Amino acid sequence: MSVDYAVVEFESVSKIYGAGDTEVRALDGVDLRIEHGEFVAIMGASGSGKSTAMNIVGCLDVPTGGTFRFRGVDVGALEANERALLRRHYVGFVFQGFNLLARTTALENVELPLAYRHVPARERRERARAALAAVGLENRADHAPSELSGGQQQRVAIARALVSEPSLLLADEPTGNLDSAKKIEIMELLVRLNRTLGITIAMVTHEPDLGAFVSRVITFRDGRVIDPGELPPSRPPTTLAASAPRSAP
Amino acid sequence: MILLSLVMALREIRRNALRSFLTMLGIVIGVGAVIALVTIGQGATTKVQADIGKLGNNLLIVTPGGMRRSSGFAAAKAFEKEDIEAIQSDVLGVERIAPTVSRQALAVWGNKNWRTSITGTTSVYLDVRGYEVNQGRKPSEAEFASGQPICVIGATTAKELFGTADPVGASVRVDKLSCEVIGVLAAKGQSGMGQDQDDVVLMPLRAVQRRLAGNNDVGAIYISVESSRSTTLVRDRIDALLRDRRRIAPADESDFSVRDMKEIAEALSSATGALTGLLGAIAGVSLLVGGIGIMNIMLVNVTERTREIGIRLAIGALASEVLLQFLVEAVVLSMFGGILGIALGLVASYFATSSLGLPFALMPEILMLSFGFSALIGVLFGYLPAHKAARLNPIEALRHE
Repeated sequence: MSVDYAVVEFESVSKIYGAGDTEVRALDGVDLRIEHGEFVAIMGASGSGKSTAMNIVGCLDVPTGGTFRFRGVDVGALEANERALLRRHYVGFVFQGFNLLARTTALENVELPLAYRHVPARERRERARAALAAVGLENRADHAPSELSGGQQQRVAIARALVSEPSLLLADEPTGNLDSAKKIEIMELLVRLNRTLGITIAMVTHEPDLGAFVSRVITFRDGRVIDPGELPPSRPPTTLAASAPRSAP
Repeated sequence: MILLSLVMALREIRRNALRSFLTMLGIVIGVGAVIALVTIGQGATTKVQADIGKLGNNLLIVTPGGMRRSSGFAAAKAFEKEDIEAIQSDVLGVERIAPTVSRQALAVWGNKNWRTSITGTTSVYLDVRGYEVNQGRKPSEAEFASGQPICVIGATTAKELFGTADPVGASVRVDKLSCEVIGVLAAKGQSGMGQDQDDVVLMPLRAVQRRLAGNNDVGAIYISVESSRSTTLVRDRIDALLRDRRRIAPADESDFSVRDMKEIAEALSSATGALTGLLGAIAGVSLLVGGIGIMNIMLVNVTERTREIGIRLAIGALASEVLLQFLVEAVVLSMFGGILGIALGLVASYFATSSLGLPFALMPEILMLSFGFSALIGVLFGYLPAHKAARLNPIEALRHE
């Protein structure tokens, strides 16, 4: 993929909840870029603003100030339905609690994003099987989540995020509910997907030891980025009209 | 998109088979009740119309005693033989005329007795009332005219007095009069007014007058009108004639009434029709309650599946797609309920009408109507929960425990 804009770009983004005395600044002037092919970890204590940042990155939420661009598009200017379409076509989600549909087979869970893309049933099934194979669960396709271990459930969730070939795989505490052996298994899977398939991954975590697996760690504190991590080799600045005046980080 | 929603809805309904069934039960019972009650009511209306139709629409019944008398019992003066003759000869349009005199009496045969209605009349009566003789024979006009002690008995009377024995030729004692049974009438069932028309003994008029009543009074008079004549016109003429003969001043109310079978038929049909409408409306209320039941369960469903909705929204479902999914689920549930309800209603009304002896008068439009109505209820009562689901914020929905 050769594109000349960042997957994710924050320009003095702030998010303020409430007003007046009850005002809460969840994000306070954040600048941030995530380039294609990166695997970044977003770290910080709870209340540091990392979850708010993730919601904005995932196009689930919009900033109250500044500009957030996803693949060069100003998401703040979009309608809720347009953001849903961005998620549908470009974002894959992996959640801490797996969030699979109960009493629905692994295969059907993985097929779900493709169903919303109106992919024909047969192709849906083939691609879902391929995604399950990519996470090593081809033999568990017909099992319901309750028949799978936590690690297996999370791999199904990763397969579901992968199946639509997203520009960005967004993982919110993907190992939070797993023991350390399963943690390593999932992290290795994510690293492999990043390296072999070139999928851009942003992962929110509060576990510092997971930083070892990723290419960059972005650290949040009190709604600000206190450490953007070691930057990847510089790229030419974006030339997309939508994102014209902008200072390179 | 509809197809996808339909597939998802069917999957969800199958997954929660028991709950889905309980949810649609309200609609099943509502639709079933509407169909059963309307069909039974329609059967009753049809039966009433058919029964009255058998009597003929051109029948007038003249009875002594006014409809709204206040001056007491003596006013119900009986008719006389001369009144019959006057009607027959003076009123244009009268086809046949059957004077009757009726009383309750005890009929005895062997060691059995049965209290029944004894009617003395002429052979014309059998024709205008539509009685057929199916055992023995019909008495001739001459036998009726002579006043011989003979009788034909109704099916109920035959059963009660004779059981399985053959009544024809037997001698039955009615009060102090002994008479020979020469025929048994074919069963007619209940009249439109709910009387058993088979619980009768018919005798020559003069036999009853002389031997049982001891006078020459005539009670009700049955008159068939020539089919080319207006029954209303003939009725008015008879009314005027009898008022004159009975010397009723123009300002006074009549002490007799002339009723037109057609009017009675219309009154009865409209009464049973109104009753059918009322029953249908009550059943419709239960259909409405069924709809509220669906709304209730769908609201619980949305709350229970908040996380699922969050997942779908995060994955890229549009609010309209979530709305459609839940709406389709409610509509499919209520339409399934409608189909089951139609089946229930058909079975119930079939058995009810056959056990009540009513015709199974199914109106196809009531099937279509109640099915359409159940689908409409699905849309109406499914919309609110579906709207609630579609308006969820994905972030909060995902956080929901």
